[in-house]
Amino acid sequence: MNILYDERLDGALPEVDKQQLLHALRQQLPALEILSHAEELRPYECDGLSAYRTTPMLVVLPRHIEEVQTLLRLCHQLRVPVVARGAGTGLSGGALPLEKGVLLVMARFNRILQIDADARLARVQPGVRNLAISQAAAPYDLYYAPDPSSQIACSIGGNVAENAGGVHCLKYGLTVHNLLKVDILTIDGEHLSLGSDALDSPGFDLLALFTGSEGLLGIITEVTVKLLPKPQVAKVLLAAFDCVENAGRAVADIIAAGIIPGGLEMMDNLAIRAAEDFIHAGYPVDAEAILLCELDGVEADVQADCERVRAVLSEAGATELRQAKDEAERVRFWAGRKNAFPAVGRLSPDYYCMDGSIPRRTLPAVLKGIAELAGEYDLRVANVFHAGDGNMHPLILFDANQPGELERAEALGGKILELCVQAGGSISGEHGIGREKINQMCSQFNSDELTLFHSVKAAFDPLGLLNPGKNIPTLHRCAEFGAMHIHLGQLPFPELERF
Amino acid sequence: MAPDDTDRDASQQLLEQVNTALANATPLRIQGGNSKAFLGRDVMGEVLDTRSHRGIVSYDPSELVITARAGTPLRALCAALDAAGQMLPCEPPTFGDATVGGMVAAGLSGPRRPWAGSVRDFVLGTRVITGLGKHLRFGGEVMKNVAGYDLSRLLTGSFGCLGLLTEVSLKVLPKPRLCSSIALEVNSTQALARLTEWGRQPLPISAASHDGHLLRLRLEGGEGSVAAAHDRLGGEVIDPAYWQDLNEQRLDFFNDGQALWRLSLPQKTGVLVLPGEQLIDWGGAQRWLKSTADGATIQALAAAAGGHATCYSHGLEDSPFQPLPPTLLRYQRQLKAQLDPHGLFNPGRMYAEI
Repeated sequence: MNILYDERLDGALPEVDKQQLLHALRQQLPALEILSHAEELRPYECDGLSAYRTTPMLVVLPRHIEEVQTLLRLCHQLRVPVVARGAGTGLSGGALPLEKGVLLVMARFNRILQIDADARLARVQPGVRNLAISQAAAPYDLYYAPDPSSQIACSIGGNVAENAGGVHCLKYGLTVHNLLKVDILTIDGEHLSLGSDALDSPGFDLLALFTGSEGLLGIITEVTVKLLPKPQVAKVLLAAFDCVENAGRAVADIIAAGIIPGGLEMMDNLAIRAAEDFIHAGYPVDAEAILLCELDGVEADVQADCERVRAVLSEAGATELRQAKDEAERVRFWAGRKNAFPAVGRLSPDYYCMDGSIPRRTLPAVLKGIAELAGEYDLRVANVFHAGDGNMHPLILFDANQPGELERAEALGGKILELCVQAGGSISGEHGIGREKINQMCSQFNSDELTLFHSVKAAFDPLGLLNPGKNIPTLHRCAEFGAMHIHLGQLPFPELERF
Repeated sequence: MAPDDTDRDASQQLLEQVNTALANATPLRIQGGNSKAFLGRDVMGEVLDTRSHRGIVSYDPSELVITARAGTPLRALCAALDAAGQMLPCEPPTFGDATVGGMVAAGLSGPRRPWAGSVRDFVLGTRVITGLGKHLRFGGEVMKNVAGYDLSRLLTGSFGCLGLLTEVSLKVLPKPRLCSSIALEVNSTQALARLTEWGRQPLPISAASHDGHLLRLRLEGGEGSVAAAHDRLGGEVIDPAYWQDLNEQRLDFFNDGQALWRLSLPQKTGVLVLPGEQLIDWGGAQRWLKSTADGATIQALAAAAGGHATCYSHGLEDSPFQPLPPTLLRYQRQLKAQLDPHGLFNPGRMYAEI
């Protein structure tokens, strides 16, 4: 299965005369940096989903919002598709370029415009890195909560476009929960402020609509995020289990005890061994599953909750229970988890990271289903799981140099996502649809639902020039892809509960 | 015919009513408990009553998700959560007979909003009957879901103008272990200054209002943090029922028949001189105003402070919601035209043009 743009399935793109466009751009925007030669374009062929590459027609690197505005107007006028890109760390090919399109790189908009400690907000340009916001807020004892694994590198504009998550979502929410205002430019260069410095705004909630819209509705030019007071303390418990079911039950029991951990992560044996081998975090390598449970807040509450969680974990059958004794050990416990992807990468020449989301109670059944599918496709899968919020990241190990393995890995990945939908979940918890999961969208949504998505798009970009081929498949593609839309409760995997 | 109170799936009837309205080009006025009829503009249309479509569809406390049909009384939903030691953290008012669908369609949140999030923040999924007479599903029952556009959150607070909600899934949370309410005698300048200062610290404040004389605070959290905050902040312990009375607008402030306005303002807005009597809520970010001044004046004052104003007294203003900038209004109209091309749902409820 090839996921590169296919005009037959994704719709014909306008024919663009590259020289004419270059000429017009240089005339109207003499200061704009434009890359047009093959060797300059190569670094922009892909984002974090590097198995898929397309050389863009042109790359533009504006420094002023006015340049973006003029560029968009020109592209609109000449009917040129535009793909926006931030830091290029996305994992679903959302910033995969188009041969017939302009790649609009927003990374140079990297200024923090304002940290207002009293209002607990930060106003930043879209290319500012996620972690840089928290670093700038640190002198005020404030921070920006969403923390995707790529937070050192990923940009806030990309976070908004993808509605990025992280390991603290259950308690602190996704990107959408931590935004006050987003400024955008529409494809015809019109400026809109969505949201405000107040907690709500009149009219339809376009801020919510634009968050996670993957660059299909507008170009983000400024973001105002909420800042939170840093929790006084954070403590981490590590619990080992000799079966995944017990670990899953422990998660439900923690919630049932009325405790919302700051982070609650699970790893299976393959992921544990990979992480331990790489980071030496001190993980028990014989465990079938470990849970990392972080409790944060005010000292007295955290201490009391730690005691409660310890009791719950023991009761649920933890074979080993450790509490990080100091900050260094806490960081080490987390380092194993945060480096799980590269750690698994050392086990195999290539790996493919999935991003399904499921109701937590279905975890044992879904993990069993994944193991069966892995056997069927003769590939290994390591599982890393945001257990608190039901977002799983199965990592499929493969070797792209072995003929057919990439295709097998993709096919297995597709099956895993369909399994998540059957369990009452979603094909993407936080990485986005992009180009990667465009076919699986046909499993999660029926044609009427997809048609409604296309209607939303038409309200902002009727010509379909912004990031065509991403996020929402054409009905034509779904017909060709042949996926039966999964009506809950009518499919294989009878061992799964239905919802 | 008054709807009975048995739980049942009446979505087919709702769909038929929408399709009939579509065929006859009759606009619909969607209504649940009709408890928020005072909000927004009058709608000329045939009444579509959601209350026959009611009942909790699924609730598993350990998943922190509840799914209910739109016509379910909000009080019934809250009672089910309460029985399991959980709550809707956004604390939506029930105004007596509010339904779950109306709560999401209006998107009103209670005193805990600045600290816990809004109704929109807790909506995970919806089922909706569209302007083309299709019954569709968006989002779901999982915490994280970024597949497709976030229609569920777009529909929240849209006052029924984009589609008919038939079912919603909401994230819920455990109730705090301890809750304590206190009052401090300070003027509004001091109150707002302290709230700004406290906002920068990890204090367990979950509600804050000021009525001109008393700063009332609610502290919620573990035993340790609430006790420590109590010691630090001092003040007199008050009856926690105050917060419900505030939320449900049962305080004397709300009940003297004067025109009522809600101002939503940036968090750190200081004392604002307004033409009338004020009640500060949401730690300063929401202010209730009783005023005889005209709407344009009040909305201009709110806008100048970086916020907006909504008239809460029925029929007083032709623009009860703050008018939108022209470009934004145009895109909102385009969105309405795409999702409800025949102008079926609550035409004019929010804005004359929508």
